Amino acid sequence: MAERILTRNFDVKDAHTLRVYRDGGGYQGWEKAKGMEPAAIAEEVKKSNLRGLGGAGFPTGVKWGFIPKGSTAPRYLVVNADEGEPGTFKDRYLMERDPHALIEGMLIAARAIGSHLGFIYIRGEYVQPWRIVSAAVKEASEAGLLGKNIQGTGFDFEIVVHRGAGAYICGEETGLISSLEGKKGWPKVKPPFPAVKGAFGQPTIVNNVETLACLPHIITRGAEWFAGLGTKTQGGTRLYSVSGHVVRPGLVEAPVSVTLRQIIYDHCGGIPGGRALKAVVPGGSSAAILTPDEIDIPMDVDGPKSKGSMIGSAGIIVMDETVSIPDALMVVARFYAHESCGQCTPCRESTGWIYKISHRIVEGKGRKEDLDTILDVAKRGAGTTICAFYDGAVGPYISYIEKFRSEFEELIRTSDHA
Amino acid sequence: MPKLTINGKEVEVPEGTNLIEAAKAAGAEVPHYCYHPALSIAGQCRLCMVDIDKVPRPQIACNTQATEGMVVHTETERVLETRRSMMEFHLINHPLDCPVCDQAGECFLQIYYMKHGLYDPRMVDEKVHKPKAVPIGPHVMLDAERCILCSRCVRFCDEITHTGELGIFQRGDQSEIGLFPGTALENKYSGNVIDICPVGALTDRDFRFQVRVWYLDTAKGLCNGCARGCNVEVHTNRHRPHHNQGRRVARLKPRFNAEVNQWWLCDEGRYGFKWMDDKSRLTHPLHRAGGAGAEVSWDRALPELVKRLQGCQPDEVGLLASPKMSNEDLWALRRLAEHLGVRNLDFRVPPRTPGDEDDFLIRADKNPNSRGAELTGVGPGAGGRDAAGILRAARERRLKLLWIFHHDLAASGWPEAEVLAAIENTETVVFQGTSANDVSARAHLVLPSAAYVETEGTFTNFQGRVQRFRTAIPPLGESWPDWKILSVVGTALGASDPVFSAERAEQVFNALAAAVPAFGGMTYRALGDTGRMATA
Repeated sequence: MAERILTRNFDVKDAHTLRVYRDGGGYQGWEKAKGMEPAAIAEEVKKSNLRGLGGAGFPTGVKWGFIPKGSTAPRYLVVNADEGEPGTFKDRYLMERDPHALIEGMLIAARAIGSHLGFIYIRGEYVQPWRIVSAAVKEASEAGLLGKNIQGTGFDFEIVVHRGAGAYICGEETGLISSLEGKKGWPKVKPPFPAVKGAFGQPTIVNNVETLACLPHIITRGAEWFAGLGTKTQGGTRLYSVSGHVVRPGLVEAPVSVTLRQIIYDHCGGIPGGRALKAVVPGGSSAAILTPDEIDIPMDVDGPKSKGSMIGSAGIIVMDETVSIPDALMVVARFYAHESCGQCTPCRESTGWIYKISHRIVEGKGRKEDLDTILDVAKRGAGTTICAFYDGAVGPYISYIEKFRSEFEELIRTSDHA
Repeated sequence: MPKLTINGKEVEVPEGTNLIEAAKAAGAEVPHYCYHPALSIAGQCRLCMVDIDKVPRPQIACNTQATEGMVVHTETERVLETRRSMMEFHLINHPLDCPVCDQAGECFLQIYYMKHGLYDPRMVDEKVHKPKAVPIGPHVMLDAERCILCSRCVRFCDEITHTGELGIFQRGDQSEIGLFPGTALENKYSGNVIDICPVGALTDRDFRFQVRVWYLDTAKGLCNGCARGCNVEVHTNRHRPHHNQGRRVARLKPRFNAEVNQWWLCDEGRYGFKWMDDKSRLTHPLHRAGGAGAEVSWDRALPELVKRLQGCQPDEVGLLASPKMSNEDLWALRRLAEHLGVRNLDFRVPPRTPGDEDDFLIRADKNPNSRGAELTGVGPGAGGRDAAGILRAARERRLKLLWIFHHDLAASGWPEAEVLAAIENTETVVFQGTSANDVSARAHLVLPSAAYVETEGTFTNFQGRVQRFRTAIPPLGESWPDWKILSVVGTALGASDPVFSAERAEQVFNALAAAVPAFGGMTYRALGDTGRMATA
């Protein structure tokens, strides 16, 4: 078993308190970072090969560099804790069991980008994480780790904890910013990008919870160590949320070089009841589905991409032979139809349409042209919208049908319209 | 000023120009719904995609700024295919109720489907249903099923009127335009959302079901509701008298003028045209001797007026012009006053209640041509009386003839009793105007004027902009343009001024431009559609 890094405190009693967190070596990263030049912190993070762990996988240090040089406007650090991707529950664990790792990571990031105000945007359904993070922020403030002139360094940083109202789209970074600003959670047209004009019109960096929780380790133990944990293009370990038909579902921490097969069979004990694996979604519901012969891939940013899918939020959904893929597509399609913000025409109109078709197929009223209609509509809409939501929906629409077409055709063959 | 190439044609556009406007400059139309030049960029409809060299995917033209050396294609196979897709997406949940939709004929779903759609429909499932025929304000009816959620109306209320009544509620394909609780769309400019709605979602409660739009004729006009002089299109129904309840003017629509009203028109102006087809219009000259009046022909009415004028000393005549008259009317009147030697001439009659005004379009002065009246010199001559003085003189029996143009004096800021006493105490009261009122009911001679949509001419707005309005419909009944009435009178009085031999408003205007420095260098035709600034 590899060393536990992000989950090292998960089994420690009261690790959510400042005392226990510090006893376990907490805030050492910050102690080091507060004496470093901001540019040196960013350089260290670049060298660590840390990639955004929310879903897009963008190099974190590079993202920080997009704030215009010489801008004197206030800068905001926004934590994306809206974890809404179906099949994903890693940030919830981090916030419930190790909230100070997030706060310490925020301090380091804030120093690197020159931000004095951070927001933690927590999804509305995450009541317990919100309570625990709020308490931890209070505790850190009272201990002088947040506020004005932190520990006499002259550096100011405060954190506002903000609860969302439970919309998937508010996990999209500009939708999140709109919501944070008090508006409807609609993604914004880009350009301008958030690093140039983000929350409240100011330069803003949006980072995921897990991404920030990596920072204390990178600073404490060095970029080379972190990079060495992973693959050539991505450093570190990450948290895989595994659900579905495995013997031991739950959170798995592993270096990003771990293969999908290892996660399913070694970490999670394989498929229960001696049944056969049918399909795996490797990176949250928006990732294209994989077949059993496609699971020998490293679970870094590049592995799933090589099979036409994506690592996304690393939410792994395992389906055994009892699952009906048309049923699964209908469930996923219902989700995207329900969660489309309705702003862009292709997404607003076709998520609902595709759900209706997929529902009709499952109800035994499929038509022979239905599958080609879904594929054609999905391909026409892909890449035409303000945000990546629709491209996320297209992942399952296309892959479920293309990889399991015969199962859909069988349903349609016996339908009322056949 | 970046230079770029669009469909092989090089154009130079101002910094910050987006690709929709740049394409327009290059003669290419990029279809769009949510983009409107007056509103912020929404980027929602996704219809305006164009191809740009070195960019892998089509980009929305509305949110892409023209840059130096950019090479843009608006008609590639990929762009055309994308447009077809977007049209299908826009229409899958649309009710396709064109035969009963007021927007039919001027609907951009219809127009763009024919130009850019023409796909075979594939939607066989139940469409989304939403509220229909919901009145959301005094003037606007919402059909949420026809709405394509372009958000123009929402942005208009947020960004132009700053009243924020509208929002988009729900999400996904359940999204719908609606009012925030406790509000109604009743701001002073609410009708503009009907104009900017590209589809039949927001229709005009006043106009809906009155005339199919393809029966309408249009003329370039001006709103005469206040001193702004908003440019309008006058839409008339001349050929289907059984439609629109027999009224000839069907609606007014704002006409773009960057210097005056941009794209907009206030509701008061927009709906202030009903009087033109009202029963209160004066349609025949009237001669009232003793008790009841009798309709007479112009051939009898005007010689009667001329005879009475000839029987007066100049200081026994009062002329109350109106700032609702055109520059041409006012110039003809001034020349007539000069010929008669009448110095009791003015146009300023105080309103009963001060007009409302805002910092956008609406002006407190509810007359279209006060500035024109000033510039044409319609005021008391040396030793002459102003408007209040004329009224006082009439009341004191010092006038033998009082000629009132248009004013509803009994409803003015002057005490009604004083007005009626002035009428009572004057031997000859002439009322010339479009509509009956308490003065016309008592006047000895009533001369019906053509309404401003029934003739042509110019108004000078409060900024000093001289603007043309065109004839939309013929004069009602026997009514004549004011300048024509004045010409006949002037000619009969032996005046030789060429103004009185004019056959068209253009000739009167050109005579005015030659005589009055403020209009110097202007010609009627050169005023064009957007007008010219007077120099003064």
